[in-house]
Amino acid sequence: MKLAAVVGGAVAIAALIAAYVVFLTHGPTPYRPAAQGNTVNLELQTVAAVGPKLSPNENWVSYLINEHGTWTRSTVWTLPANATVHVTVLNYDGQSGLRNPFLSQARGIDGNMFTLNGKKMGSINPDEASHTFAIPDLGVLVPIEGIADDAKNQCDFAPCDASMAHETITFTFHTGKKGHYRWQCFVPCAAGFVYGFGGPMQTIGYMDGFVNVV
Amino acid sequence: MWSKYSHATRIAALTTIGTIILLPIMIFVLGPNMPPGKGTDVGKSQVFDNTVLLIVMTPFTVFILVYVLYSVFAFRADAAEPLRDGAHIRGHMPSQIAWLTITTITVLFLAIFGSAELLSSGAGGGQGPHPISKDKGALPVQVIGQQWEFTYRYPTYGGVETAQLVIPVDRPIAFHVTSLDAIHSFWAYELGVKADANPGVDNVAYVKAKTTRTFQIRCAELCGLWHGYMYDTGKVVSDSQFTSWIAAQRKQFAGSMKYLPPYATSYTPDPTFRAG
Amino acid sequence: MTNARKLIGFNLLTAAILGVIGYYLGWWLGHQITGPSVAYFDDTGQNDIALYLAYLVGVIGFLIGLGFANYPVQRMLGKPPTLREKEQGGWGRYFGLCTDHKVVGIQYLWGIGAFIFIGGLNAMLIRYELLTPTQHAWNGNNYLTLVGLHGAMMMGMMTSGILGPFANYLVPIMIGARRMAFPRIEALTFWLLMAAGFILMTSLAFGGFPTGWTGYEPLSDQANMGMDAYVAFFALVGLSMTLLGLNMLVTVITMRAPGMSWGRLPMFVWGTVATSVLMALAAPVLISTLFMVAMDRTAQTSFFNDQLGGSPYLYENLFWFFGHPEVYILALPGMGILLEILPVFSRKPVWGYRLAVTGMLGIGLLSFLVWQHHLFVSGMNADVRPFYMLSTELISLPTGFIFICALGTLWRGKIRLTVPMLFMLAWIFNFLIGGLSGVFLSDVPSDVTTHGSFFSMAHFHYTIMGGLLFAFFGGIYYWVPKMTGYMINERLGKWHFWIMFLAFNSTFGPLLVIGFLGMPRRAVTYAGYLQGANDWVSVSAFVLGASMLLFLVNFVYSLVFAQVPAGDNPWGSKSVEFQLPSPVPVHNFDVIPTFGPDPYPYGEGVSAGAVQRPAVNPARAER
Repeated sequence: MKLAAVVGGAVAIAALIAAYVVFLTHGPTPYRPAAQGNTVNLELQTVAAVGPKLSPNENWVSYLINEHGTWTRSTVWTLPANATVHVTVLNYDGQSGLRNPFLSQARGIDGNMFTLNGKKMGSINPDEASHTFAIPDLGVLVPIEGIADDAKNQCDFAPCDASMAHETITFTFHTGKKGHYRWQCFVPCAAGFVYGFGGPMQTIGYMDGFVNVV
Repeated sequence: MWSKYSHATRIAALTTIGTIILLPIMIFVLGPNMPPGKGTDVGKSQVFDNTVLLIVMTPFTVFILVYVLYSVFAFRADAAEPLRDGAHIRGHMPSQIAWLTITTITVLFLAIFGSAELLSSGAGGGQGPHPISKDKGALPVQVIGQQWEFTYRYPTYGGVETAQLVIPVDRPIAFHVTSLDAIHSFWAYELGVKADANPGVDNVAYVKAKTTRTFQIRCAELCGLWHGYMYDTGKVVSDSQFTSWIAAQRKQFAGSMKYLPPYATSYTPDPTFRAG
Repeated sequence: MTNARKLIGFNLLTAAILGVIGYYLGWWLGHQITGPSVAYFDDTGQNDIALYLAYLVGVIGFLIGLGFANYPVQRMLGKPPTLREKEQGGWGRYFGLCTDHKVVGIQYLWGIGAFIFIGGLNAMLIRYELLTPTQHAWNGNNYLTLVGLHGAMMMGMMTSGILGPFANYLVPIMIGARRMAFPRIEALTFWLLMAAGFILMTSLAFGGFPTGWTGYEPLSDQANMGMDAYVAFFALVGLSMTLLGLNMLVTVITMRAPGMSWGRLPMFVWGTVATSVLMALAAPVLISTLFMVAMDRTAQTSFFNDQLGGSPYLYENLFWFFGHPEVYILALPGMGILLEILPVFSRKPVWGYRLAVTGMLGIGLLSFLVWQHHLFVSGMNADVRPFYMLSTELISLPTGFIFICALGTLWRGKIRLTVPMLFMLAWIFNFLIGGLSGVFLSDVPSDVTTHGSFFSMAHFHYTIMGGLLFAFFGGIYYWVPKMTGYMINERLGKWHFWIMFLAFNSTFGPLLVIGFLGMPRRAVTYAGYLQGANDWVSVSAFVLGASMLLFLVNFVYSLVFAQVPAGDNPWGSKSVEFQLPSPVPVHNFDVIPTFGPDPYPYGEGVSAGAVQRPAVNPARAER
């Protein structure tokens, strides 16, 4: 009787611990885009609000990625080592402005230049920045210009379609050696949070993620 | 021979022997190899400080360990014999006074010694906006912490801002550490420099590197999601390499330089920034 | 009729039900007050007001469910109060409001014990992550949440780690009283602490919190709603600490038996008194600080926001004004236990009684004057650093008193290496290492490298884990036979001790070195050359965790299965609690005893009559 109670209690506690560990490990499945040889294409979107379909935090700002034709909120990607990555970002979000204007200049990408709506540039006006795409350990940083405040047909929340006001940014970077790199946005774009750096800026799956280079 | 000495004599003898064996190890082996290394002036003063602390601690440590181990062996009761009491000693005023005197002198010495070391060089720690020990000829380098990256600004080179920290050798540097958001801490490990980055505050730390080398930079104050990833590698280079490096930086980052605000000791962004 | 009343009586079950109802009531109320129209809550999707109200109303419901409202309500209605809380016997007493100080002590032992194991489990998970230099195990910001949960759990719940179980159980007996001064408040401190611990765990449901146990602003203002759990948790812990400290002080001041003058108090009671002073004075600062944090997070005040006139330094100063006394709240009870147990197993009186008392009170006093050493490199006024260096190093004087008194007590004793004694000797070793590493941290030039590194982390684990937890286990092996009437197996206890002691030093010794080699605290990544050392530490930590499981096995085996009767005085102790039957009867003493001049009548030539043998009839215990 005593033994049964003690063993039962031990099993129950072990089950609780197991559930706790599973809860802590549970996370997004990394997205692995198809590679053509040594080249990978990433198609990203930045939206002002992620919308009720993609997250319970419907008003949070977020990056989205085109996973085989569907826009999902996955920010953990697996990329091959020493690959050339062509990135296209469709930005539907407005202008927030950078805290540190230094980050309005691109670095760590091919030629240190990106294209904004087809035009080659090296930097933008920091006040017009909406987000940045940055992998600090690879030295990659690209400012992403926001749509004008008075733009017509703005996308309030995801899903957004191509007919709505957006900016298109393209650039190319190289993944280099194997590793586990974080990527993040440096623009204080989390509305309502102190310094604009809470909520979506500190939760993986919105404005932060990992690049697993394998 | 051994048995004719009292317990106190034996403990004193063992303590002395242990101290005599350990002190040279502390002074000549462990001490000089204490972090953060002698690559900079403040690093050297910290190594010296750490060595002095090791020397002062050694006799106390040896005494307490010898005493406890000796007591456990010498005064251990025989498990088989019935419960018997020890001597009824409720204190011993001379040894209490001796202990009080020795520890007080040691503590006062450590406090005075530490203060002297601190006031002479600043020891590489952040001294706030009004440092006690100033070095007027130092090259100012502003360290800007933000979530989650350090960037560096060189006000005497047109206020150029860079993503990498490079400093010239044999030249005093004044780090002006500040933050744009949460509290960070700029820790240049091999330089022996640590200064918290507080928003709106200019925290100054001085250092002079003596050899060319690379050094680790880490954030030493929990600052949020990517705190563990807020690291970087800095470089100490020769004067000529530094001149050409900074010229290249000014050229590369000309695009953003025109937008940088005029240099100020704290990099305070517009409080009414827009978001979303 | 009586049976029915017992069934619908107030206990943990009704408390849980009312707590959950209260939680949702508060949540609903918060949304009614703020509504969806407030832009801030709309933008962030985080209604902090609702969560605070949910916690508040939930805790109130929980306490009503336990029966804390019965007494005041009955008195207000003019009815005579029932004393059912104490009179009811049996197991039910342990699952509700009970005003018997011995029941509260045992409740604390189990409650605190459970949270130590949760905190320890979090430490294991942290060390699992640190097996590799990059993030590999826990998703996203869960690593920081684990660090925060481990730290807050240990620094919050363990403030009552020794005072909760042992002081509640023993202080009234040691001073010759039948109860605490405020028995209901005593029970309240326990249940508040349990509610707090549970609230901290709910943090996980709201995204955790990234700040560690220190909760620095402005990071805590940016954080997700999980931060509110931390704030509510620590405020409740602070409330519990304040009440516990006041209750202990009043009890010791007013309820001492005849003859029990201040100079005759047992050392453990002195440790409790010193700790209680710190609790009563420091914890209210914490509560008000956290209230400001909560205001910043909900009503958009700006106490700590530099852009709107506040200052993060204000938080750092307020927090450490509480935080440094707090670490001595954790250390002082251990010193009390040390000087209580050493005489028993050295068969000698405490050496230098007055010096030891001076040491404890001196530590308490000085601990209020050192807090800025946590800010040495923060950019605080550089001119005051020498003062804080001096005051910090001065603390080693009263700490030295404790050491010399411990050493003097061993001198020419008849030392018996029982399990409690082994833990006390280990305490001396661990606290020695902790104190010596503290000297590096107090010295500003040395602190520049060690500050915020694994060195400082290892330092406070040596003092707090090596001090408090070793004293806690020593206390368990020493006093649990008195509390339960059953011995804890000595052989398994020795295995537990040796594995724990060696694994502890094998874990935190290398961490001192790793910190000196440049590894910052709370960082999920580290330089590659530190991997070997970190793996060694992680494996040692797992062994340390296993030693805790061994203890658990021993504890359950000894108390549930083996049940070897302890007798009244298994250790041959001469202190008053061991002259009473085991377990101690409900009323403690038949007649309040009169105490003689010597609290430690050990030693050759002391008359047997010096030992207090209060009259107790064990038959009265089962009433």
